[in-house]
Amino acid sequence: MTTITNPQELIPETPKTPPDWRQYFSFSTDHKVIGIQYIFTAFFFFLVAGIFAMIMRGELITPEPDLLDRTVYNGLYTMHGTIMIFGWTFPVLSGFANYLVPLMIGARDMAFPRLNAAAFWMIPVVGILFILSFLVPGGPSQAGWWAYPPQSVQNPTGNLVNGQFIWLLAVAISGVSSIMGALNIVTTIIRMRAPGMGWFKTPAFVWTVMAAQIIQLYGLPALTAGVVMLLCDLTFGTAFFDPAQGGNPVLFEHFFWFYSHPAVYVMVLPVFGIFSEIFPVYARKPLFGYKVVAISSIIITVLGGLVWVHHMFASGTPGWMRVLFMASTMLIAVPTGIKVFAWVGTIWGGKLRLDTSMLFGLGGLINFVFAGITGIMLSSVPIDIHVNNTYFIVGHFHYVLYGTIVFGIYAGIYHWFPKMTGRMYYEGLGKLHFYLTFIGTALNFVPMHPLGLMGMPRRVASYDPEFAFWNVIASLGAFLLGVSTVPFLLNMVSSWISGKKAGDNPWRAIGLEWLVSSPPDHENFEEIPVVIAEPYGYGKDEPLTENMGG
Amino acid sequence: MNIKRIITLGAITLFLAGVSFWIGQLSYSWFPPQASAEAILYDDLFSLLTGIGTFIFLGVTLAVFYNIIFYQAGRYNTSDGPPIEGNIKLEIIWTAIPLLLVIAIAVISYQTYDQMDLHGPTEIAHLPQMMDAAYADTGQSTVESMTEIEVDSQQWAWIFRYPDQNVTSTELHLPVNQRAHLKLRSKDVIHGFYIPAFRVKQDIIPAKTIDFEFTPILEGNYRLRDSQYSGTYFAAMQADVVVESQADYDRWLKKAAKQIPTLAPNQAASEYARREQKSDSAGWKTVVPAPAPMVNYHP
Ligand code: HEM
Repeated sequence: MTTITNPQELIPETPKTPPDWRQYFSFSTDHKVIGIQYIFTAFFFFLVAGIFAMIMRGELITPEPDLLDRTVYNGLYTMHGTIMIFGWTFPVLSGFANYLVPLMIGARDMAFPRLNAAAFWMIPVVGILFILSFLVPGGPSQAGWWAYPPQSVQNPTGNLVNGQFIWLLAVAISGVSSIMGALNIVTTIIRMRAPGMGWFKTPAFVWTVMAAQIIQLYGLPALTAGVVMLLCDLTFGTAFFDPAQGGNPVLFEHFFWFYSHPAVYVMVLPVFGIFSEIFPVYARKPLFGYKVVAISSIIITVLGGLVWVHHMFASGTPGWMRVLFMASTMLIAVPTGIKVFAWVGTIWGGKLRLDTSMLFGLGGLINFVFAGITGIMLSSVPIDIHVNNTYFIVGHFHYVLYGTIVFGIYAGIYHWFPKMTGRMYYEGLGKLHFYLTFIGTALNFVPMHPLGLMGMPRRVASYDPEFAFWNVIASLGAFLLGVSTVPFLLNMVSSWISGKKAGDNPWRAIGLEWLVSSPPDHENFEEIPVVIAEPYGYGKDEPLTENMGG
Repeated sequence: MNIKRIITLGAITLFLAGVSFWIGQLSYSWFPPQASAEAILYDDLFSLLTGIGTFIFLGVTLAVFYNIIFYQAGRYNTSDGPPIEGNIKLEIIWTAIPLLLVIAIAVISYQTYDQMDLHGPTEIAHLPQMMDAAYADTGQSTVESMTEIEVDSQQWAWIFRYPDQNVTSTELHLPVNQRAHLKLRSKDVIHGFYIPAFRVKQDIIPAKTIDFEFTPILEGNYRLRDSQYSGTYFAAMQADVVVESQADYDRWLKKAAKQIPTLAPNQAASEYARREQKSDSAGWKTVVPAPAPMVNYHP
């Protein structure tokens, strides 16, 4: 036996301070570092795509195409949508999943930490490719985020490396990253839950993340296949989708929507999870109908795979298919409705505390009901025929993407900020941020609905003067939304530097992540918790774990 | 539940129903004129869904605000709410009612769809009874069949051909109160045939001919817009639609047939030419627009 020379080596190293900032620029395998890396990177791309949106709304404040050349508008709207989806929404939610899932299930890290880091580092590459594509001759892709052929493969420059080529490449890389992330997250959730944490003791957020990531696993292969085929059409002259040579462009629409509709649930399910975590904490009541809420996520995963043709009601889809997909789409409203009612049931008669996260949660809930109602309308085939590809759609999906998902993400950031940084944010700035965002959202996106009903197509740089009024309002709302990020950024930066110390559990929330220090140690749990109770025991005075209390 | 509660709930429900009905009626004013038989069916369905939607939206919002107002915890109140974990009866109700509701909406939507007779391209051209059904609701009685009009779309122009009269035009003329039969074609990419005042839309897939029909019922001038993104000058790809009496329509056809084809103005082509002249053009290289079409008639 060798002698121990340095007794210090026996004391396990437990860094109590948050990780050094330089760690965020390294190939770290700590899920918490990776989570924050995702969130930061995504937020950067959110701002970039947001600036694109401001410029677009600047163009759309007048009917004539006067601010931008049409090609520039088309490039901007394409990259706005693309970056918002592949650079912001997916990554930021991966960030939440990474940061929270191991903490919530009582694990020390993800199942495959190195795979995790590799998946993350593809995201900056993807985003930078998108941005760099503005610099190639011919500009970025100008085909919308659907990239429907034959328009998307027209390639006016004739160059091998063109905007569309880079777009397809980046989307394919993003797909690989998402598949790696999904494998990791699903494995972690299935295999690494703490002892005692049966499925019905697993927090709702974890359920929704799993439901979402399963969709990635079944859906992404279809998109990737479609994208690779399109890349071949564009670059190597194949004709999978080229009607002039016997190809079928509608086939691409199927490939695309088979994934990209379920992708909407990939984006919204984790946000449902965030809502389900937040309402009990700030209403001091258990999540109403927790088990049903949990299962409804899985039902959405299954049904979500059976509705994609509702995006193609006007694309030459036969009548029987239109009707079939109308029915399946409407069915999805049922599990979704269950969730909404459950959240209302949760806050009903509680002890409500309107902290910033709760405000964003409630605001997001109301916005989501609005989006859901226009969604039901759209699933009705005859209704969709008129408003399909108009601003009504743009209004509808921004109420989901902005009004619900961005709201949920803000709610989550405020709620877990003390855990991630060990410090409190400033409530006043937070509330200001909420009110500006809520008003901005309504001003920006409500006017898009009447515009669509009046018949204004989407993806236009110019429009008939009869549409001017609502467009002015929408643009003003957009600029207000731009302004609303200022108090948020101020708040985050100043609170992280000099906010009040948060302590382990400033919200008196129930959950394994609140039993560890803020920010958590590298290993999360010194001792793996043994779970003995359901996750939302508010008002019940029962411990969550056998060994760590709670 | 005591009587007082039932009465309050009943009163709120009635009030919400009233507001919803009113918004549903208001929804008719959000649309362009009802210029086709389809539009009447459409607006009725939309109004119904708007009413139902308003009721649900207001109901949920009201519930949220009720709790915000009456159940906020005091500043120093750290107590918890009642540990209610669920309520099987309620949960069954709020699963069953939405389920029934969406089934009802699906059935009603299907009926409207059927009456509109919006055929997908792979279906057999038409079933006469259904045409009448679409018509019956408008109170009109005569349905005459009309010759087919060929609609050619390309980047970025619409051309309408009346093969029997040998007329080409960049303005779509249709006789009022007659089922219009169109053959939609595209020369290059996917376009969309969309006339908001008629509430109809159909994607046009290249290398395919798509049969499309609807019934204009109101004389006037309307806009036809491309509705499926088709590249740089997509927004400029519009055309005028003129719905006129049978007599005017016949006169127009006769007159147009006598005119020799001339160059029609085309926004995409002229914008492109202007852009090419300016050496400081800010834009990127684009697909070159098809030359302005030669047609017998243009506005
Ligand atoms: C300040 C906030 C925002 C504004 C002002 C804004 C504005 C717009 C506008 C005007 C369009 C329509 C472009 C067109 O059809 O011509 C659009 C499209 C789109 N937006 Fe946003 N948006 C905002 C935030 C977001 C967010 C947060 C997301 C996603 C998370 C998002 C995702 C999309 C997508 C996917 C499209 C469709 C692009 C396409 O048609 O290919 N937007 N946005």
